[in-house]
Amino acid sequence: MSVILILIAFSLLVAGSFLIGFLWSVKTGQYDDDVSPGVRILFEDEIIDTKQTNQKK
Amino acid sequence: MPSNTILTQTQCFHCGALCDSETVKVEEKIFCCEGCRLVYELLEENNLCNYYQLHDRPGKTNENTILGDRYAYLDEVGISNQLILYKEDHTSHIKFHIPAMHCASCIWLLEHMNRLDSGIISSKSNFIKKEVHLVYDHTKTSLRKIVEKLHEIGYPPELNLKELEKNIIKPKNKSRIYKIGIAGFAFGNIMLLSFPEYFSSGTYEGEDFHRIFGYLNLILSLPVFFYSASEFLESALRSFRQKIINIDVPIAIGIVAMFSRSIYEIVSDTGPGYFDSMTGLVFFMLIGRNFQSKTYEWLSFERDYKSYFPIAVSRLNGRKEEFISIREIKTNDRLYIRNEEIIPADVLLLSEEAQLDYSFVTGESRKVKCIKGERIFAGARLIGSPIEVWVQKDVSQSYITQLWNQSNEKKSIKSNYQILAEKISKWFVLITISIAVASFAYWYSSDPSRAILAFTSVLVIACACALALSAPFTFGNMLRILGKAGIYLKNTDVLERLSEIDVVLFDKTGTLTSSDKVHVDYKGKELSPSEKEVISALANTSAHPFSRNIVKYLQAEINSHVITDVIEHPGKGIEGVVDGQLVKIGSRTFLLDQEKIKVSYKISETGVSMNGELMGFFEFTSSFRTSSENLLKSFKKKGYEISIVSGDYNHDEKYLRSILGNETPMHFEKQPLDKLNIVNDYIKKGHKVMMIGDGLNDAGALKNSDVGLAVSENINNFSPGSDGIILAKKFGQIHQLVRFAKSGHRIILISFFISILYNLIGLGFAVQGTLSPVVAAILMPISTSSLVIYTVIASSYKARVLGFQKLVN
Repeated sequence: MSVILILIAFSLLVAGSFLIGFLWSVKTGQYDDDVSPGVRILFEDEIIDTKQTNQKK
Repeated sequence: MPSNTILTQTQCFHCGALCDSETVKVEEKIFCCEGCRLVYELLEENNLCNYYQLHDRPGKTNENTILGDRYAYLDEVGISNQLILYKEDHTSHIKFHIPAMHCASCIWLLEHMNRLDSGIISSKSNFIKKEVHLVYDHTKTSLRKIVEKLHEIGYPPELNLKELEKNIIKPKNKSRIYKIGIAGFAFGNIMLLSFPEYFSSGTYEGEDFHRIFGYLNLILSLPVFFYSASEFLESALRSFRQKIINIDVPIAIGIVAMFSRSIYEIVSDTGPGYFDSMTGLVFFMLIGRNFQSKTYEWLSFERDYKSYFPIAVSRLNGRKEEFISIREIKTNDRLYIRNEEIIPADVLLLSEEAQLDYSFVTGESRKVKCIKGERIFAGARLIGSPIEVWVQKDVSQSYITQLWNQSNEKKSIKSNYQILAEKISKWFVLITISIAVASFAYWYSSDPSRAILAFTSVLVIACACALALSAPFTFGNMLRILGKAGIYLKNTDVLERLSEIDVVLFDKTGTLTSSDKVHVDYKGKELSPSEKEVISALANTSAHPFSRNIVKYLQAEINSHVITDVIEHPGKGIEGVVDGQLVKIGSRTFLLDQEKIKVSYKISETGVSMNGELMGFFEFTSSFRTSSENLLKSFKKKGYEISIVSGDYNHDEKYLRSILGNETPMHFEKQPLDKLNIVNDYIKKGHKVMMIGDGLNDAGALKNSDVGLAVSENINNFSPGSDGIILAKKFGQIHQLVRFAKSGHRIILISFFISILYNLIGLGFAVQGTLSPVVAAILMPISTSSLVIYTVIASSYKARVLGFQKLVN
């Protein structure tokens, strides 16, 4: 049954690392703005842009 | 249908404003004005048209595209260095607050600034704070160029005295989030380790596990007790020292009772303790606190005069013009003020004459004319050609600054408010402690060990869960709903105070009336259609706001007339020959050519004469909001005491009396300080006062009243210090707002009754001394979650009934 102790120790370790991860993400400001990152990821790099600059050259 | 007379209306491709199809057009795309078209062309040139695909008609109407020297002061190193956050060899970092940011397109455009200015290295926006962080190469571009570019594309950054101080303010305190994270972590793990206890009723295969789990729980709960719960414990201790009982006292008693009892049980090996309930309680209460403390980061409720003053002004040093920051202004300096600029200190006018707009100080819409040598007070906005002024007093000594400080000093009069939960918590503490003592006394004679058990059990189970949770969740939810509907309240206390209001004071100008709609009335000889045409033809040649309004009012054909000899007399009027008739439009003295007449300036008026014969006068009054009448009536019907407190003259008294009746007190021609005193008088009489106003002239009254609501056409542009800011178009909903606050009060009372039911069940076990941790662990989550669900659903339902709907952007 002592395997349970090992499992509990391990689970606390995993949970603890998630807690540290959470605290770190808050500290570095990842929750400060929950709108713009979600919008930013949808911005596409336009292909037209490079075409036109090529034309200008 | 006379369809040909009505212009076909369409929306501007850039800003979405309604416009005639005839106006500005580029490749099938229609624009309302030149400003919008220019922005479009600029973006198109730089391949930034994606802007229009992310959001439909994302722009803002662009009024002042001619910048001139407006931002010239940013070239001054001393001033720009105050704004720049960080500077290296080639790069500078700067953060701007951009109030116009409102959609995905805005984010996109602001983050592609480098295409408009190659000197910009990167730009990153923060939508929540409406900020953009720019990194640029100061050898390739300058701060002024960037600001001008931002202004050009319709995103002018906010640059005022207050912004300079912002750089010093520390970032938001995140400790509550840490506390919630730690409490949640401990709560989850303790629940897991307590599971065997719930099901096995204390019989284990090996005794070891039960002890090991107990000690693990104890270790996990330590950071919760000492860190996460610290704000409850500290606040309880503080209030205990001041000999008052606040909401945190019963919570702290519960937490301490649970923690110490649990430690005792673990150490003495008599039971598993209540660590699961304790950590869960702390976790939920922290979430409640966080929910309640929702703030609008992009909105400032603490604005003072500094938010309206520019960063720099130009000082004349001999012949040379130089830019200095406002703080450097000294007495006897000579300043050069441009159109639309605010005068930062009390000054004397050195130029011949100036048109000034004091609306920022007095709230009145009338323009004031000053002549050479006259004194101009700080806060006035210059309209028209540039002037030279001579500084009389330092910025900190000016009339406006003193006015502000005066209202700050008097703040202490504001009645000390006791929020509902605090009133109840007093009784709560009294009752729980007496029950605990009673059960202790009852058991003490027969079974002393059970007496202590029962005593602590009562304190454990009767913890003020409902008390601590229902108010934050109800008011927090209401605050959110109102925020979406265009009513922004500073915090949840405002809602509590709103529910007890019995006196409502209204400012008139800008509050009951709308500042941009001008109502024109004509009094005098009746004008024939041809006369109307002649008058509007002449008025059309002038750009004066009065002339514009006359043209709009008369609605006559103006193109088929011959106009000659037009002379505009500044500050007096205009004359000209239209179709052979001499027409004059202007002030009374100008028309009658005699200075002796005692002019009554009570109404802003403009007269008209034809061939020397006086025809009549146009009267200009700002018109009442359409919702004003209903709002006043509904407050009156419900028995609220209403009063009008206006800085304006009493020309609208008749109209207001027709709505409110003769008994209603109305105060006209009141100075800002008088308004403040009227509010204080009501408060001294024991009334709870709500002041609804706008502008700095109401600032003192707004601050001192129990609830000060500021009405604003555009919250980004103007929001004086107050308890709440309401969008002008939501003005008619103020009565519903009060009703909403009252129903919030009721919802909390009902949830208290529900929690008392739960408490009675728990107490039933507790007084007998048979409260097992399992019962506590089940009862606690059920009671808290059902209460939270009830408060949120009830308040959302009430919001829908009262018609608070989400604003459409």
